[in-house]
Amino acid sequence: MRRTPNYNLILGCTLTAATVSVIILGFFWTPYEPDAMSIAERSVSPCAAHLLGTDNFGRDILSRVMQGAGTTLEIAFLAVSIGATCGTLIGGLTGYFGGIADEIIMRVNDAVTAFPSVLLALVAVAITGGGKTNLIIVLGILFIPSFARVVRGEFAKQRNMDYVKNAKLMGVTNLRIMFVHILPNIAPVLLSSIAIGFNNAVLAEASMSFLGVGVGPTESASLGRMLLDAEAYLFSAPWQALSAGFAITILILGFALISDGMGYRPTWRPVAKRRRKADA
Amino acid sequence: MRYVLKKACVFVATLLVISVFVFLAFQIIPGDPTTRMLGTQATPEKVEALREELGLNAPPVLRYFRWLKGFVTGDFGMSYSYNMPVNELLSGKLGITAALTVLSFIMVVLISFPLGILLARFAHSLTDRLFMLFNQIVMSIPPFFVGIIFTYIFGLVLKLFTPGEFIHHADDSAGFWGYLFFPALAIALPKSAMVVKILRSSMVSQLQEDYVRTAFSRGNSHWRVLRMHVLRNAIIPVVTFLAVTLVDIFAASIIIEQVFAIPGLGRLLLGSITGRDLPVVQTIIMIIAVIVITVNFIADISYKYIDPRIRFR
Repeated sequence: MRRTPNYNLILGCTLTAATVSVIILGFFWTPYEPDAMSIAERSVSPCAAHLLGTDNFGRDILSRVMQGAGTTLEIAFLAVSIGATCGTLIGGLTGYFGGIADEIIMRVNDAVTAFPSVLLALVAVAITGGGKTNLIIVLGILFIPSFARVVRGEFAKQRNMDYVKNAKLMGVTNLRIMFVHILPNIAPVLLSSIAIGFNNAVLAEASMSFLGVGVGPTESASLGRMLLDAEAYLFSAPWQALSAGFAITILILGFALISDGMGYRPTWRPVAKRRRKADA
Repeated sequence: MRYVLKKACVFVATLLVISVFVFLAFQIIPGDPTTRMLGTQATPEKVEALREELGLNAPPVLRYFRWLKGFVTGDFGMSYSYNMPVNELLSGKLGITAALTVLSFIMVVLISFPLGILLARFAHSLTDRLFMLFNQIVMSIPPFFVGIIFTYIFGLVLKLFTPGEFIHHADDSAGFWGYLFFPALAIALPKSAMVVKILRSSMVSQLQEDYVRTAFSRGNSHWRVLRMHVLRNAIIPVVTFLAVTLVDIFAASIIIEQVFAIPGLGRLLLGSITGRDLPVVQTIIMIIAVIVITVNFIADISYKYIDPRIRFR
């Protein structure tokens, strides 16, 4: 059996590495000051001096996209960190110990995951109010159930394995078994959920900011916010909206390809195995 | 039948639990509606009178049951900012969003099923691989950005519709559906890409099964095997996903309404969130919850009819 290279994973990693490098570069250097306005250069179409043109305030769009993608990625990173950490803790504990708490938490999880996350985020923002910090907290909490569900399933599977029983016989404490023995074994599954989490977080941030309830106008540029501001100038300066929109798409595509390449199917999981034609 | 009954009980219980959560969530929000409604004319006496009139002085449990009774009977209370009953605000808006959702859902089915079957037929060919990459790209474009691209191409450049000039169903039925066509397509495209991917992979994995070989050995043509044998088995996970998709389309339509200036539920929800018009927000959230749970309930029951092999306890 000849293995075909995992194109999705390679492509996804390359794309994500490239965008993340540009974003990191944006933290230290941008072609222009992202907030510097220039009356003389309002709505300049893409040219050599401004690769992606300028917006209605004469701000360089490439610089703003670099900074905005940074904000978007920062929100996604923090939200996914909150979700993954809490989700792993909850999922690990419930999956490993089982029992009534497991049942209750999983039912609540099912109820929460049945709702589209953008709607839940909207509702949560309606209660807490908008802004970058609130958005991070809200998204982080909303991501907990999906992580908890994945981690719980894996822990429930692993806890009956021989190596866990051996460790128990040797007197290893439950906590140590959970985090030193089991956790490394579920790393592949956890990593692909994190990739999906990034995918969803970027989309959620963009949607919320686009709706005007996420990152505020006075805070740093974010891709969703830029898209919202650019919509009014769609006819006269379409490059504004296109730059921000394609930046969002490229970010999402990178993470989607990575999670796809890891062979992990999101919660609907239609097929257990994917067989290639060669071994049919 | 017992299964349906059991599911129906869970359905009602879930709704009740969610109604409690929604009610509690809106109790902990700081701020008093009376200060907003009275504005600068607020005096302690006026505030007290208004609180009494709105029933805000009753104990929380009583207020919960009043609210629940109101919701069931269609009396959603008064909007704070418009000073009119919430159900008058909602009338018509829910229909527009529902029309957009259903139109988009039909598009998803019409686009994704033929494509998914076609790709499964030619699985692993170069065309299939290239298309799947393209599919992945389409899947990654957020619906609202597709909407913006459509507005630019079809609205501003080709002038097939006028962005922002919504046509009401009562004025012009054909115009109404025509205006909804592009928003619905904007939602449908990324969702179809997901359904195509799932249908294709489900069919490809079914093609490995023994019954497919048997079907071929009896002299069935490739298309016949796909249609009569494989599709029937492959469709089960797809139906699960379609239920999720329907809910997702509904959520996406709330965002798309902003792009195309459609006066539906989404615009009302957003306007009420920014204006902190809590009775409206509360009602819309509860309506959305009812829709989401109903869709899942119907999907749960429909499995039995799609796949008679599934046994329920």
